Amino acid sequence: MTGRTILTVDDSRMMREMLLMVLRDAGFNVVQAEDGVDGLSVLSATSPDVIITDINMPRMDGYGFIEHVRKDERHRATPILVLSTESAPEKKARAREAGATGWIVKPFNADNLLGAIRRVSA
Amino acid sequence: MDPLESIKVTFFQECDELLADLEAGLLALESGQGDSDTINAVFRAVHSVKGGAGAFGFEPMVKFAHVFETALDAMRSGSLAAETDTLKTMLRASDVLADHVQAAKGQGAVDEARTLTMAEELAALTAPPETALGSVAPMGAAADEPPTDEWGFRPLKMAIDGPAEDGDGWTLIMRPKAEMYAKGDDAAILLRELGRLGPCEASFEDSALPEFDFLNPEASYLVWRVKIPGDVAEAAIRDVFDFVGDECPIDLTRGEAAALAPGPVAPVVDIDALLQAAKAETAASAPKPLAAAAPAPSGEDPAAKDSAKAPGPGAAATIRVDLDRVDRLIDLVGELVINQAMLQQRVGESDLARSSTVAIGLDELEQLTREIQDSVMAIRAQPVKSVFQRMPRLVREIAGSTGKQVRLVTEGENTEVDKTVIERLSDPITHMLRNAIDHGLETPEERMAAGKPAEGVVRLAALHRSGRIVLEVSDDGKGINRKRVREIAVNKGLIGADAQLSDDEIDNLIFLPGFSTATVVSNISGRGVGMDVVKRSIQALGGRISISSQPGRGSTFTLSLPLTLAVLDGMVVTAAGQTLVAPLTAIIETLQPKPGEVRPLGPRGAVLAVRGAHVPLIDIGVALGWRDIPIDPTAGVTLLVESEVGGRAALVVDAIQGQRQVVIKSLESNFQRVEAIAAATILGDGRVALILDVDAVIDARFLERIEPVSLAKAS
Repeated sequence: MTGRTILTVDDSRMMREMLLMVLRDAGFNVVQAEDGVDGLSVLSATSPDVIITDINMPRMDGYGFIEHVRKDERHRATPILVLSTESAPEKKARAREAGATGWIVKPFNADNLLGAIRRVSA
Repeated sequence: MDPLESIKVTFFQECDELLADLEAGLLALESGQGDSDTINAVFRAVHSVKGGAGAFGFEPMVKFAHVFETALDAMRSGSLAAETDTLKTMLRASDVLADHVQAAKGQGAVDEARTLTMAEELAALTAPPETALGSVAPMGAAADEPPTDEWGFRPLKMAIDGPAEDGDGWTLIMRPKAEMYAKGDDAAILLRELGRLGPCEASFEDSALPEFDFLNPEASYLVWRVKIPGDVAEAAIRDVFDFVGDECPIDLTRGEAAALAPGPVAPVVDIDALLQAAKAETAASAPKPLAAAAPAPSGEDPAAKDSAKAPGPGAAATIRVDLDRVDRLIDLVGELVINQAMLQQRVGESDLARSSTVAIGLDELEQLTREIQDSVMAIRAQPVKSVFQRMPRLVREIAGSTGKQVRLVTEGENTEVDKTVIERLSDPITHMLRNAIDHGLETPEERMAAGKPAEGVVRLAALHRSGRIVLEVSDDGKGINRKRVREIAVNKGLIGADAQLSDDEIDNLIFLPGFSTATVVSNISGRGVGMDVVKRSIQALGGRISISSQPGRGSTFTLSLPLTLAVLDGMVVTAAGQTLVAPLTAIIETLQPKPGEVRPLGPRGAVLAVRGAHVPLIDIGVALGWRDIPIDPTAGVTLLVESEVGGRAALVVDAIQGQRQVVIKSLESNFQRVEAIAAATILGDGRVALILDVDAVIDARFLERIEPVSLAKAS
């Protein structure tokens, strides 16, 4: 699987770095965005294999971002993982409703992050 | 550095930013300037701190942040009003959170009792008092919350050689809906995941599949039956469907029982063939958008790959660079400046015409060099915001302990100054703020009595002025009690009882060593340091500090600092054949004394009459031990310099060569500390020139032999 690309959308620099470290070590190409708006603009130029997004972000939150992605012909089938500190069922339902493929509960470790990616990526 | 460690560094940096945002947001809300965006931003700040703290296992911080977040969430949803008292509580909570961050950094410890009280206060915000205790529960819940168990993969047995002997295996029937595919999920992936649990047999039922012409690419037609070995845990199987939920209903039964109904079951195939089939299905049924269901890779594959960096547009705006590299660059540019000056001098000494291409090229080089220098210095420039941000908390705490009501107003937070200077601003500002609140502002009662609002205002401002950064700390308090200051100065022998001092001079007496106006040393401004310490630390940075005061209206401290500690504007002079640089900031004016203005004082000393005042004359050559006999001041040039400690002095030098910007080279790090010498530099001709420490020259070499009284008079 050469050069599979993952887009990470998170307003926290630390979280972006954390994702970058784990994903890069696992051999992925990583593209980063800082919030939903930024994420959409990145998507206009990139077609990632998997998208990982935070929910709480300025300008456009994760729900809004996912809804936009799902409306976009080019990306609507792209698996989207939500990064969440909440594991409550209603939060998952909300993410799912917005069009998320799966979720990763923060704090995550490399195994469960990569596991989640594997579970949604073809 | 261990990547995780470096991420931790980022986390702490981010925490500082987030805490600053948090505080700024809460303050904005408190002053009625916030809106729902502000509340969201404040919530996010705490949320992000919590998230990061969790990643690094800072459990106490996670717990506290969680309670804080819960309260903010209530505010966000509108169930908790953004009232002043609530916001004050939250501001204090932000201080506690900041303490947790500091503790996590290994700086200081967390006051657990305070944390607990604060957590209870926060919890009480979102619950009626009687149930307050109950609402603390989320704190515990957060702690108990298993961090990773959501769908954590269990160890699997990958038996390659056929199904397990267990006759009582699982039979799973799954009926993916179209909605599931719409969210990027795929039956092929689910089958693959099931296959990871153990050797499975899968079959599908395609009776619902229409003729190709009638095929809706967005619909889901297949129903799957999967036989899973009996030793696979039920939870592990259900876990595979965690993401898809209702969009892929499953029936899971023990044994062969359930047959796929309705219709015949397709022949049993092995999982590989099935994956191919699944792929074919998705490929056929959704040629365009759903084509993402490409051949199934496994999670391990990418691990072996060496990935190329794909910089995201989001990461391009700023880069973070190791400070050492910047410092090295600044050093190199310093060398470049020196080299360029040397080259210029050499060319000047040769017989080339000024209009020669070499000379012109050299001029351009000079300009470029200067631009490079400015640009490089700009890299290290940072807004003073990082220092200012720490001050609201300080002000709150001092206000709390003095019982005074204070509002801090900051201006010019984005004023930039060299990083090396910024790091050293914090202490003087802290001290001046303490002083302003403790000594400057009156108690609310006193203020009301004086017809002022009960709340005092302390203003902290930064601005650029003529190549320096100016910081002002002003208060609207009672101003300096000059009568009292004068009395103290006389009592302490700092000035003569009959000294004639202007208001300004009296105000500035508070900077004299050993001066403290507080009759009772308070624990705020006290701590054994006075304004003289502040003054000295500022002078060490090449800065100046002064105060102006209006009785009943308040005081303003003004301190000005060079923008950088790497270059200095200096006056190049010669004394006893040596070339020296005197910092321009210390020089008030240069004079060519006339014979009548020089008056002898004592056996060897002399003073210079400058517009009615007398200032001591110091021969630099003698002071630095280069000659024994001072030259005739009227034959040389004198630099009238000012050192805050001892007023003014006139330094006698042989000649002035000119004014120029020099690159500061530390003597301590390259040689050793030399008294009365601040640093060194390299001039255009390649020679090393010493940079004069004006304060030290006046202080150490001269002042100790002069009575303070006569000095005060002289100034």
